Amino acid sequence: MADKPRKLPQEVFAPWEDPEAKPLIQFRNVTKRFGEFTAIDDLTLDIYEREFFALLGPSGCGKTTMMRMLAGFEAPTEGQILLDGQNIAPVPPNLRPVNMMFQSYALFPHLSIWDNIAFGLKRDKLPKDKIAARVEEMLRLTRLEKFARRKPHQISGGQRQRVALARSLAKAPKLLLLDEPLGALDRKLREDTQFELMDIQEKTGTTFVIVTHDQEEAMTVASRIAVMNHGKIVQVDTPARIYEAPANAYVADFIGDVNLIEGTATRTGEDRCSVRFAEAADPITAECTADLSDGIAVTYAIRPEKILVTADRPADRANALEGQIIDIGYLGNISTYHVELPGGQMIKAAMTNSTRLDRRDFTWDDRVWLSWRETAGVVLTE
Amino acid sequence: MRRAVLILLPYTWLAALFLVPFLIVIKISLSDTALAIPPYTPTLDLTQGWEGIRTWWAGLDFENFVFLTEDDLYWKAYLSSLKIAVISTLITLSIGYPIAYGMARAPEEWRPTLMMLVILPFWTSFLIRVYAWKAILSKEGFLNQILLATGLIDDPLIILNTNTAVYIGIVYTYLPFMILPLYAALEKLDGALLEAAEDLGCSRLSAFWLVTVPLSKQGIIAGCFLVFIPVVGEFVIPALLGGSETLMIGKVLWEEFFSNRDWPVASAVAVILLAILIIPIVLFLKNEEKQREAEG
Ligand SMILES: Nc1ncnc2c1ncn2[C@@H]1O[C@H](COP(=O)(O)OP(=O)(O)O)[C@@H](O)[C@H]1O
Ligand SMILES: [Mg+2]
Repeated sequence: MADKPRKLPQEVFAPWEDPEAKPLIQFRNVTKRFGEFTAIDDLTLDIYEREFFALLGPSGCGKTTMMRMLAGFEAPTEGQILLDGQNIAPVPPNLRPVNMMFQSYALFPHLSIWDNIAFGLKRDKLPKDKIAARVEEMLRLTRLEKFARRKPHQISGGQRQRVALARSLAKAPKLLLLDEPLGALDRKLREDTQFELMDIQEKTGTTFVIVTHDQEEAMTVASRIAVMNHGKIVQVDTPARIYEAPANAYVADFIGDVNLIEGTATRTGEDRCSVRFAEAADPITAECTADLSDGIAVTYAIRPEKILVTADRPADRANALEGQIIDIGYLGNISTYHVELPGGQMIKAAMTNSTRLDRRDFTWDDRVWLSWRETAGVVLTE
Repeated sequence: MRRAVLILLPYTWLAALFLVPFLIVIKISLSDTALAIPPYTPTLDLTQGWEGIRTWWAGLDFENFVFLTEDDLYWKAYLSSLKIAVISTLITLSIGYPIAYGMARAPEEWRPTLMMLVILPFWTSFLIRVYAWKAILSKEGFLNQILLATGLIDDPLIILNTNTAVYIGIVYTYLPFMILPLYAALEKLDGALLEAAEDLGCSRLSAFWLVTVPLSKQGIIAGCFLVFIPVVGEFVIPALLGGSETLMIGKVLWEEFFSNRDWPVASAVAVILLAILIIPIVLFLKNEEKQREAEG
């Protein structure tokens, strides 16, 4: 899933791990209320220069509100937002070094593509030839040269989206806000555009904050992801850590597919514990943190693709449980097996289909063994 | 066949209700006035056959149009009508735009009510409403009574029977025709566009000039023509609220018809009025077409 072309180890980009690094944007205990309703709840967050930062969360969790506060269309009810260390509350939207790409694109229908892109530059009263040069550059970057003279209603949805991007990039803002920029595109176009966005971000060095409710999109493009819920940030981390080490069951469940097994933990070693979830089944052996106390209720989270499905019990796996196949979901590249364990717990296991359909190993009602390593899943206490 | 009928139907309608009456008016404008019923000659006498048509045709001439150019009353009346129409269109636009803008920005649940308030005057007779303005604007009218009572003025204002009263009457009457197309255009305006303009460096005011005004252009054009075209020929308002200084072609037309009983000259006045209005009417239709194209 997170197959973003990673940079070489010596130039790993991780300013958030550097205590010396100065954040570009700081949310300090920001609360935003609309009347009685709290849209953003005491939120503190740092975003660094050149980051591709994704806000991820269900609809209505306050993502757009955060963007609008950064752009200047909403003011925080409490708390401060700093840009480069300066409180931006008194700066009106037209004077902020921030540009926004709107969810609806908001292209000016009465202006040509060229004039749409030039709109912000003209407001800065730049000389004509500078404006023309910059617009041409943006047209090249977004591969829109051929459409410069057209009006927005004369181009396709994907092209419009690129115009909106070019227009918001033209002023070379310090911070570019993208509110669900790819929501209206179909899947194939969306994937292409994601890579295009990453490419442009790398070329221009602009800091991007992207809002999305598509977790795959966030995983693909972002350097870090903030998972939000009810106006709060639940976890901020790199895509890989969000996926492999979710902070709690909410994040684990929100990102990707996961099996959540509720049980009680018993410490068995230095960093080992066992999770008992049913009388009839063997407990699960797992890694856990040192501060876990015995006998507390935990959620054990394991991703379907970490589970191996075999006909016989494998010898080398720490966890092996026998169950019965209830359902098989065939998705082309993978098949998902829904397996019922003794005691009724359902487990999803995903296997890549390396063989053709007609030679598939298992079928409904087969008894199979599910197995995985100690380190494959995580024990969550929240 | 059915297609032909369907296409023919509106054209027949147009021919019956516009073209035929208009041709009759043109014919009258080419005739001479006479003490008869109808009060002009020649009249077509088909009982005399071909000869009748020939004498009828020979009796037609452009005398009346020549007469219109000789008496300066007429071209002054045309110019004055155009001037009054232009000025009152501009006043109506400058009052109507903020109202339409406010309506379009009002909370959604208020808009139908506001719309009702704009349309409400149409529920009573136009004549009664113009008469009501007489009661308001006259020397002893409500306006003067209020101003005198509050001590804002010492002597009553003379408004009734001046051009000011005509402007007030026209602006009042035609305001809804300006507001409705403006409102239709402004209501469609996406608020995100204004935010985008601000985001790209516009102040509120320049966002208004660069985004709101151009995007309501069709509404402005439609509203202006809907006011301008009927006001040029307006007769009732200048007749009731205007005075001796008020010169409008609609009034001249009425007097030629009913006071002088000079149908041919009155018809010539009407034909020229229509010729003048053809240009804005065609422009108006072009605008409507462009709007449909932009939406379609
Ligand atoms: N102007 C507003 N007035 C009242 N409530 C608002 C306003 N803007 C947003 N909200 C509420 O705040 C919550 C968060 O909205 P938003 O930030 O748009 O969520 P999303 O994460 O889907 O972008 C929603 O419940 C929404 O109804
Ligand atoms: Mg949103």
